[in-house]
Amino acid sequence: MNLDDALKTYVIESRELLEQMEDALLQLEQHPTDADLINAIFRAAHTIKGSAGLFGLDFVVSFTHIAENVLDRLRSAELAVSNELIALFLKVRDHIGVLIDLVEAASQPDEAVDAQGKTLVEQLKAISGQAKTESASPPAHPMHATQNLVREDAPDTAHTDNWHLSLRFNRDVLKNGMDPLAFIRYLTTFGRITAIVTLVDELPRAAEMDPECSYFGYEIGFQTDADKSMIENAFEFVRNDAQIRILPPHSKVTEYLSLIDNLSDEELRLGEILVRCGTLSHTELEAALTAQDALRRSKNPEESSVLGEVLVAQNVVRPAVVEAALQKQKQVKETKSNEAGLIRVNAETLDKHINLIGELIIASAGISLNAQHSAVPELLEAASILTRLVEEVRDSALKLRMVEIGATFHKFQRMVRDVSKEIGKDIRLEISGADTDLDKTVVEKIGDPLTHLVRNSMDHGIEPAELRLERGKPAYGTLRLNAFHDSGSIVIEVADDGGGLNRNRIHAKAIERGVIKPDKQLSDDEIHDLIFEPGFSTAETVNNLSGRGVGMDVVRRNITALRGSIEIDSEEGEGTTMRIRLPLTLAIIDGFLVGVGASAFVVPLDMVIECVELSQEELDATQGRDHLNLRGEVLPFIRLKQFFDVPEAPEPSLQEENGLLDETEADSSKPEFEVDPELAFLLQPVKRNNVVVVHYAGRRAGLVVDSLMGEFQTVIRPLGEVFNGLQGISGFTLLGNGQVALILDVPGLVRRVTSRETHRNQRASTVTLEYAS
Amino acid sequence: MTATSPPQLAISGELTIFTANEIKQQLIAAITQPLREIEVDLSQVSEVDSAGLQLMVMAKREAAAHDKTLKFTHHSSSVLDILDLCDLSGFFGDPVLIRSQPRGQTS
Repeated sequence: MNLDDALKTYVIESRELLEQMEDALLQLEQHPTDADLINAIFRAAHTIKGSAGLFGLDFVVSFTHIAENVLDRLRSAELAVSNELIALFLKVRDHIGVLIDLVEAASQPDEAVDAQGKTLVEQLKAISGQAKTESASPPAHPMHATQNLVREDAPDTAHTDNWHLSLRFNRDVLKNGMDPLAFIRYLTTFGRITAIVTLVDELPRAAEMDPECSYFGYEIGFQTDADKSMIENAFEFVRNDAQIRILPPHSKVTEYLSLIDNLSDEELRLGEILVRCGTLSHTELEAALTAQDALRRSKNPEESSVLGEVLVAQNVVRPAVVEAALQKQKQVKETKSNEAGLIRVNAETLDKHINLIGELIIASAGISLNAQHSAVPELLEAASILTRLVEEVRDSALKLRMVEIGATFHKFQRMVRDVSKEIGKDIRLEISGADTDLDKTVVEKIGDPLTHLVRNSMDHGIEPAELRLERGKPAYGTLRLNAFHDSGSIVIEVADDGGGLNRNRIHAKAIERGVIKPDKQLSDDEIHDLIFEPGFSTAETVNNLSGRGVGMDVVRRNITALRGSIEIDSEEGEGTTMRIRLPLTLAIIDGFLVGVGASAFVVPLDMVIECVELSQEELDATQGRDHLNLRGEVLPFIRLKQFFDVPEAPEPSLQEENGLLDETEADSSKPEFEVDPELAFLLQPVKRNNVVVVHYAGRRAGLVVDSLMGEFQTVIRPLGEVFNGLQGISGFTLLGNGQVALILDVPGLVRRVTSRETHRNQRASTVTLEYAS
Repeated sequence: MTATSPPQLAISGELTIFTANEIKQQLIAAITQPLREIEVDLSQVSEVDSAGLQLMVMAKREAAAHDKTLKFTHHSSSVLDILDLCDLSGFFGDPVLIRSQPRGQTS
């Protein structure tokens, strides 16, 4: 892996960590004492900083470091969680995000970013100010102003008034011309090292070891009357090449515990961890090591925990300390097993894979077709096995692209929190259906429209608290994000319990802006649809209508681009629900192949309810209106042949190839039910109409076709730009015989029939509507 | 000091990053000799740094991994100084000659 790749991984991981950090911060607001959450926040900051050090990203390290220090105090309960603190850390998190963006762009922070960083650092310092003064004055000891190393040999001097230094050097520190030992030696010029543990565990076997790399870490007990900054300055030159942790004298046990948590992820022997913590004195270590040595020789994998028990039994360490150390070991192991369970795959590679599977499906359809023609039983069987396997491969490949929508939803926690503070409303976000899967590409593209809708609901949907109370609603507004699957689509709902859309106002506004004619009668849905009109998006501020619709045309355009649709349910005074429907996947679907004249069309199978035969009587009964009576219900339909102006097929080839039945004029044909193939030939023209009943967004419509050709795995290919204006077609696909079949845009067709329907009804209705101007 | 056989390897001059690659080869060569016990004479080592110390640890471990015993003998004062600084004498466990000359001086 070269450095660029590693850096990319770092950026990705950092973003994930920042998300976790944000989640934890938001949860912390509800549960201010949850230590796990504080730890999660700390770990995120710490990991980002640590890895940044490896890449020499100084600006990330220096900023994150300060944040980490404050978090550390939080963990040791020196600081209490407050709203102010959470707000600050949300800003800190954002700033780190900005820095990571810079890393990705391979640039350095500019002045504005620097200034923002400085402001945050000041705030961080201010918020942790108190804690600093508490631990600032270690007890004075005479300074040993000697170049020689002075070792404290007294067996049991109380060392609790020592500083504890934890040093980890980066691999390259030696190559950069610096010797870790030189720094340790320098320490002896203004204090004395009372205890030192050299950590040799990281040293690899001879074969892998690079003699010019630095592998050792050090834990040092240090006695000095110098202050923290002086100790820090001792490491000035390696600050970017090392992780230096300095614990002041009399640090609390929790701080030592946190140190355990922070040790790098090497699998550490518990005994050493304890010594490093300064919980054990040097002599206690000696005794412990003797016991441990025996165990180690027997290569007992449980050695560390056994040692822990021994030490507790001897009252050498406190159980809490051992527990923390064990916890750390367990976490290291768990992380390792998690890493093994997941792999990261480049999204492009995955797309390529899916495309190949698309080709595979088309190829296998070709084989099936040829097998049928050949009528060789063995070949037919092989082809059917192939088809089944290809289907399975397709399904599993498509699943690879599926991600849960939860992550997208959770991003709104933060937004809702921030915006509600900003606009002074108390708004709670409820999330459901977070585990609903959908295609990764869709998830990426739905973020912006969703943000817009959420923002809109908060700004204009939910009323101010006074108004809410007046209307007998709770003072806090509720915003709900919900997702679920529905007939091959995913439905995402953004619902608020606010004032709802004001129909009269929208209607008046639309007339004023010339979007509709004053005498036009509109249904509720049509009125609601108006807010998606481009002309509406620039509406000036008018009461609670203001802004509702700002950029909504963009929202609709984005959703339409994803082959989706959006609808609005609104009850005045009760709230509004925006419902986005999106196709589950953008690549491959199960289709239902139908024949119209010489052409083949594909209907997405998920949207098909049933197929019925349309008899001539029924057709006659429609009396030219495009409705039929389906078991007592009115079903509007579209004649695809007329709609697309499909030419007739040359008779013989189609009968042979696709089993299409020819016809000349649907309306004038006689219905034929039981037709003997022999007779059918004589009785031409044979006329039969089939109606495919489809549904979308709760509405049904019939599509009149000539023949039904069965299920077909459909690889969706987008139409070129030239066909952008084409109505009723959403894409094309290739059939096994190389023919092109067009994929029907069912949502578009359904909308077309049902709206045609509404218009007709309205024209017929004589009711004068309240919103007529 | 109870060494009876002559040392198989004597390191002289610097045991630092500048000589690390070379000395690593020497140490590995010494360890791979068909001998149960290996002695490394450090009496002529003038200077040791982190890289040198790492090599010593590496050698000790590598020998143990091959079921051999590697001893460092005749530690020069600079070696002792480093071992003392890092408190690694216990790790090596080699008998160390107590010198009369004060620590901190290089031989």
